Amino acid sequence: MVQLTLPKNSRIRTGKTWPKPEGATNVRKFVIYRWSPDDGENPRVDTYFVDMDKCGPMVLDALIKIKNEIDPTLTFRRSCREGICGSCAMNIDGGNHLACIYGLDEIQGEVKIYPLPHMPVVKDLIPDLTHFYAQHASIMPWLETKTNEPQKEWRQSIEDRKKLDGLYECVMCASCSTACPSYWWNSDRYLGPAALLHAYRWIVDSRDEATGERLDDLEDPFKLYRCHTIMNCTKTCPKGLNPAKSIAEIKRMMVERVV
Amino acid sequence: MRYLTDRKRAERKGASGTGTEHHWYMSVSAVALAFLIPTFLYIFGHALGHDHATVKATFGNPFVAILTGLVLFVSMQHFAKGAQLMIEDYTQGSWRRGLIMLAYSVAYVVTATGLWALAKLAM
Repeated sequence: MVQLTLPKNSRIRTGKTWPKPEGATNVRKFVIYRWSPDDGENPRVDTYFVDMDKCGPMVLDALIKIKNEIDPTLTFRRSCREGICGSCAMNIDGGNHLACIYGLDEIQGEVKIYPLPHMPVVKDLIPDLTHFYAQHASIMPWLETKTNEPQKEWRQSIEDRKKLDGLYECVMCASCSTACPSYWWNSDRYLGPAALLHAYRWIVDSRDEATGERLDDLEDPFKLYRCHTIMNCTKTCPKGLNPAKSIAEIKRMMVERVV
Repeated sequence: MRYLTDRKRAERKGASGTGTEHHWYMSVSAVALAFLIPTFLYIFGHALGHDHATVKATFGNPFVAILTGLVLFVSMQHFAKGAQLMIEDYTQGSWRRGLIMLAYSVAYVVTATGLWALAKLAM
């Protein structure tokens, strides 16, 4: 349900300002959300200063530098550092991005970093994605077949394979779903753009034989039709995908079944 | 505290099997209103400021009367279903169900009152 104010224990206060690096001439200010489940305190925003002459070009480079050289308690997920794993999705400068492929030169002024919006926080910049992954599992992200397995492989034409382009590249970073106001207010029932994009990926797969069952599972005012084509998902996707189009395609297929 | 698995929480009671009809109705009524409303406003605008007898004659025309009736019915149904979507977005539980009933009641009352007024004016 819609929440217009933060609960008392989620209100953010001003945190610690860390000293500027000595002798640095090219310094950049970072304002970073901090919260730990261990101290029982409200979230805060800490301020850090990074010597940009000794820092890589991406936001993740700065975060790693802060963790290594200034504050080792700063906690965030990261792995591949090249936009493939989706671990480092966070809210940077007001938009959801992958920190590893988002350049510091794209941000004007101070760099504000928060966890993905409207998700429970595990610690600092780490959101709890348990429900998000369970929703992904619920759309059965695997090939469902009824015909006996062929001797070799399930064959697919080049044209049918092309239909999966723009769908299979999703890295499940949750940037799109957590940018969607409908998902903020009704994530308990609305599947969100990421899960729906994956649902469409399997619906449109020429080898899958459970198209009807998949559409039946989505025939619901909340699971699918909470999408109001706000387009935040498409605007924010760090991989340049178009979840809104996938959702529109599912809606079109639903209508085609009826009319 | 309920000991539910993550998958159980995500799947809840399963799909309701409805939604497409609502979606399709909204699309159809939106297209219909895109034609009905401008035509109605054009006729209504022409009738504005005239004496009672002229307005009565305008709405006594079968085309205008049927058009006005359609505008009332289609727009109020569109309003009720649109309001339902909005209420579902922002409320939960009994509030949700109560407000949806209220939205539909308002739509029915406005439609019935409008049709009665139209009939009185046209006949």
